[in-house]
Amino acid sequence: MSIAAAQKKGFGAFLWDYLTTVDHKKIAHLYLIGGGFFFILGGLEAMFIRIQLIAPENDFISAGLYNEMFTMHGTTMIFLAAMPLLLGLMNAVMPLQIGARDVAFPFLNSLGFWLFMFGGILLNCSWFLGGAPDSGWTAYTPLSVESPTHGIDFYVLGLQISGAGTLIGGINFLVTIVTMRAPGMTYMRMPLFSWTTFVTSTLILFAFPALTVGLFLLMFDRMFGSAFFNVALGGNSVIWQHLFWIFGHPEVYILILPAFGVFSEVIPTFSKKRLFGYTAMVFATILIAFLGFMVWAHHMFTVGLGPVANAIFAIATMAIAVPTGIKIFNWLATMWGGSITINSAMLWALGFIPSFTIGGMTGVMLASAVADYQYHDSYFVVAHFHYVIVGGVVFGIFAGLHYWWPKMFGRILNEKLGKIGFWLFFIGFHLTFFIQHFLGLMGMPRRYWVFLEDQGLDTGNFISTIGTFLMAIAATIFLINIIYTAVKGEKPAGDPYDGRTLEWAIPSPPPYYNFKQLPLVRGLDPLWIEKMDGKGKMTPAEPLGDVHMPNGSILPFAMSLGFFVAGFGFIYQTDHQAWNLAIFVGMGIALGSMLIRSLKDDHGYHISKEELEREAD
Amino acid sequence: MKGWMGKFKFVFLLSFLAIILAGCGRENLTALVPKGYGAESSMNLIVLSTVIMTFVFIVVLSVYLIAIVRFRKKKGQENYIPKQVEGSKKLETIWTVIPIILVLILAVPTVAATFDLADESGKSDHINVDVTGNQYWWHFSYADEEVQTSQDLYIPTGEKVYLNMKSSDVIHSLWVPSISGKMDVNPENENTMYIEANEEGVYWGKCAELCGPSHSLMDFKVIAVSPEEYEQWVADMQSVDPEEKPQDAVAQDGKAAMEANNCLNCHAIGSSPNAVGPNLTNFGDRTKIAGYLETNKQNLVDWLLDPESIKPGNLMTGKYPELSEEEADSIAEYLLQLKPSEITPESAGN
Amino acid sequence: MSHDHSLNPETMPQEPEKATLEGKNKFLGLWFFLGGETVLFASLFGTYLALRNSTAGGPSGQDIFGLELVFLMTMLLLTSSLTSVYAMYHMKNNDFKKMHLWLGITAFLGIGFLACEIYEFYHYITDFGFTFRSSAFGSAFYTLVGFHGGHVVFGLSWLIALMVRNAKRGLNLYNAPKYYTFSLYWHFIDVVWVFIFTVVYLMGKVG
Repeated sequence: MSIAAAQKKGFGAFLWDYLTTVDHKKIAHLYLIGGGFFFILGGLEAMFIRIQLIAPENDFISAGLYNEMFTMHGTTMIFLAAMPLLLGLMNAVMPLQIGARDVAFPFLNSLGFWLFMFGGILLNCSWFLGGAPDSGWTAYTPLSVESPTHGIDFYVLGLQISGAGTLIGGINFLVTIVTMRAPGMTYMRMPLFSWTTFVTSTLILFAFPALTVGLFLLMFDRMFGSAFFNVALGGNSVIWQHLFWIFGHPEVYILILPAFGVFSEVIPTFSKKRLFGYTAMVFATILIAFLGFMVWAHHMFTVGLGPVANAIFAIATMAIAVPTGIKIFNWLATMWGGSITINSAMLWALGFIPSFTIGGMTGVMLASAVADYQYHDSYFVVAHFHYVIVGGVVFGIFAGLHYWWPKMFGRILNEKLGKIGFWLFFIGFHLTFFIQHFLGLMGMPRRYWVFLEDQGLDTGNFISTIGTFLMAIAATIFLINIIYTAVKGEKPAGDPYDGRTLEWAIPSPPPYYNFKQLPLVRGLDPLWIEKMDGKGKMTPAEPLGDVHMPNGSILPFAMSLGFFVAGFGFIYQTDHQAWNLAIFVGMGIALGSMLIRSLKDDHGYHISKEELEREAD
Repeated sequence: MKGWMGKFKFVFLLSFLAIILAGCGRENLTALVPKGYGAESSMNLIVLSTVIMTFVFIVVLSVYLIAIVRFRKKKGQENYIPKQVEGSKKLETIWTVIPIILVLILAVPTVAATFDLADESGKSDHINVDVTGNQYWWHFSYADEEVQTSQDLYIPTGEKVYLNMKSSDVIHSLWVPSISGKMDVNPENENTMYIEANEEGVYWGKCAELCGPSHSLMDFKVIAVSPEEYEQWVADMQSVDPEEKPQDAVAQDGKAAMEANNCLNCHAIGSSPNAVGPNLTNFGDRTKIAGYLETNKQNLVDWLLDPESIKPGNLMTGKYPELSEEEADSIAEYLLQLKPSEITPESAGN
Repeated sequence: MSHDHSLNPETMPQEPEKATLEGKNKFLGLWFFLGGETVLFASLFGTYLALRNSTAGGPSGQDIFGLELVFLMTMLLLTSSLTSVYAMYHMKNNDFKKMHLWLGITAFLGIGFLACEIYEFYHYITDFGFTFRSSAFGSAFYTLVGFHGGHVVFGLSWLIALMVRNAKRGLNLYNAPKYYTFSLYWHFIDVVWVFIFTVVYLMGKVG
């Protein structure tokens, strides 16, 4: 059903449709809208930070507000922008790529989204209710325990709720990939984006619970008087750092691996060549994920863990360079000997390679523990992680959006605007962050509200701020492009890019049941194989028959709303007991919805064979 | 497209020029001009890793540029389908093995330096300073010498000085980029690191772990003087008599005003270990007021009258009744006269 | 192909919990979920181990733990795991009544465990003044053991909801996976308790 047709039914029905949807393609739209909204918000926060730092001893915003800005910028970008945007792409594409009609748990898929959304809204409510969190996105204790406003409480509850959503989403993808691959789609025939979705979901599954525990401990200390981080009662603030980074380092790979997946689709398609060293790419992905769990303490080289721990974690971290290097060279080898088309999607992929290589290089440099004593918590680190997260993840998201936009929305994004946007962003990005490596080494620590005059830091900061404006313009151009495309965009065929994988074997946008008949997969790049064999389309693996579909439900929305209300209760019950009522009401709504869900049988419905036959191909 | 590219090149050129103009940053602050043992140790690894990584980057960039130029789709090739290569054992082995070798080249000196900088075997033979990190100032206590000071840390050149660091509130991190890398200052355990300055100088120190609104204003100095000067400074500091009356009347008023306003409940003059607030023994020789303002009377008066406007979130705000201009002026006069030693930041040269 | 027919076949398959795609998904999803739960408890155990000696002058584990009660609790929970295995055995034989009987016993044992735990906490608080707030050790102890207790409460609610809901409809391919996943979850809780018994109580008592 196209969006235009839905609008004819009236806005109310359209809204209700999205509130209750369990269709992975519509949930993908929701994730993109939610993540996009928070991306803009995080971007604005970044602008505030850079404007404050345009000149020495500037007083554009106050010290307290500045701390809130960078805390919210980091938290928003990681949890509420980058991850949801990637989850959006995964939702939109992965089930199509493996030839599935839906995900394993459509209901939970919807619940995952709404939990994320309500968690994000809860966190951002803090801006209007006495102040946002102000202890950095890492919220190191005991600073975060002692923070006087409710900001950190919003951080704790907001992330707890949205984190639960992410965890649910991860489990859903894992099960979907294990049980719902189309006939013939073996693991070693899965497109790399599906592989990275799989590995990322594993990372989510094993990393997020550590954050959950950390957040609980912080919550108990702040709200219920426990003593985990209270030194006077024997507490230990370093526990938080361990828990946070046991989660936090895999989190970095949760962000970058799906981006790697996107590039592994975009580069072969536009080089008209099979991905070079597919097997090595799969194992490199798994190896990166595995190593990702053993390196968390490299964020803690200066904590005083001792030389043995520092040396071990330094070497483990350096080891990650090897599988990452394999990936970079395999992408280059994919391009080598190909026939390269450069359009917007491919431009983002091409921009990624040198940018991310710099980020990877500084990553290895940071791994050298003694060198890190200088880099740690300086602008060098800021430059490094922006090179990997912007140069890797954000570039990946843009590449993915340009590449799959026609598949997701049935329109092709405007190429001209896409290219201008890319170049502005690319230049702005390097202007902003390259010089920050030097600022860090020249003695500028991160999270500094002001830098002093006469410390040789003025020019660098000025250039950095100018770059930010270019990126902001580029982001605006992308928004204009979306609107322009929605109004005037060209409508694509099912397969506008001469694609290689299953998502291009069906119409754009796909029908709500995805595949009329499940396709038979005969190898890696299944659609390409059929094209080379001269058939040009997939062979069905089953006769046309009834298709089982799940029912929509408002319960995920209701549950998330319940937790949202309870969140407010938890935050404010420290001020007045009456707020306990909000906890009861909120938890009542949430648990009540769960009870309804488990007591009411929901078998879904069937699309009959006759109906499917009537639908045009 | 060409015109665009031209403009981009221009912008890039400009920014590169700016980097060169800015050079390596301000001397005695930048880590790029190391003047101490730890900073040199870090710098060696920074240089080594940069060289290795630049080599990798050049290789990647060359392959990348050649691939884009050579294999870009050409006119009349719209239907050309390249050979679908699965991979190459040989190539893939090469780009697995070479990075392993490069990483090993970096790993060995890293491990060696990590253990070297953590060496505490000769600790008791050297000067030991107990460092306390506070929101937003630093306290230095010379345990064996029974000397207390804050904000300005005096050390002799060419000698290891062990810093035993602990925080009184939240986590801080002590960083003197030109002399040594940083180490966290935790509330629950003591962290030890040693610093050693190669030449005399006043080095900028910074807090490198977010500790609240005035995190960026928690600067301090390390003043490296010759060993003889250091000995003299210690002796001078030890002989301070906190009860000593200042010479002129204004300063005497200032001392009285400080007593009247209970300043000395938190601050100490002399070797008293009371360090709720910074020790004031050699306040007149301090390089900076409140960590970052030039030492002059006007700045000090401003600071005393309204600390919050100068260091948001500091703990002195509201600890004493509002001072009159006159009181503040006399206190400033008294404090600026506290110069017990001839060894001052000027003794360290620059 | 109606639901009633497909979910209530003439003869139940050997493994009714995995006979449908939905069932397989539930089964696998719960396994993954338990993987995440393992990390959750590992983090709590790590925290507890780091803080177990941080008594801040208050009572230590050695002072307060009584192994008799804890041993009884262990027996209750281990037995309840066994009875849930019997229930699953009867599920595979399509004997709904016996399945419910054994699940009832499981619930009864679980409630017994919970009652002991509540008594245990009450005893620590009133007799030793040992609370969640008294020291970092207290916080870590109550959080670890309390999280486990919370899981028992959730498991019991799940079980009771299932039993009430399906009391009159009997076993079918729609609810069989629900029973089965519950039993998996219950085993997991049991395993966690074995670790708590060892790490918290035995190691705490021995010192």
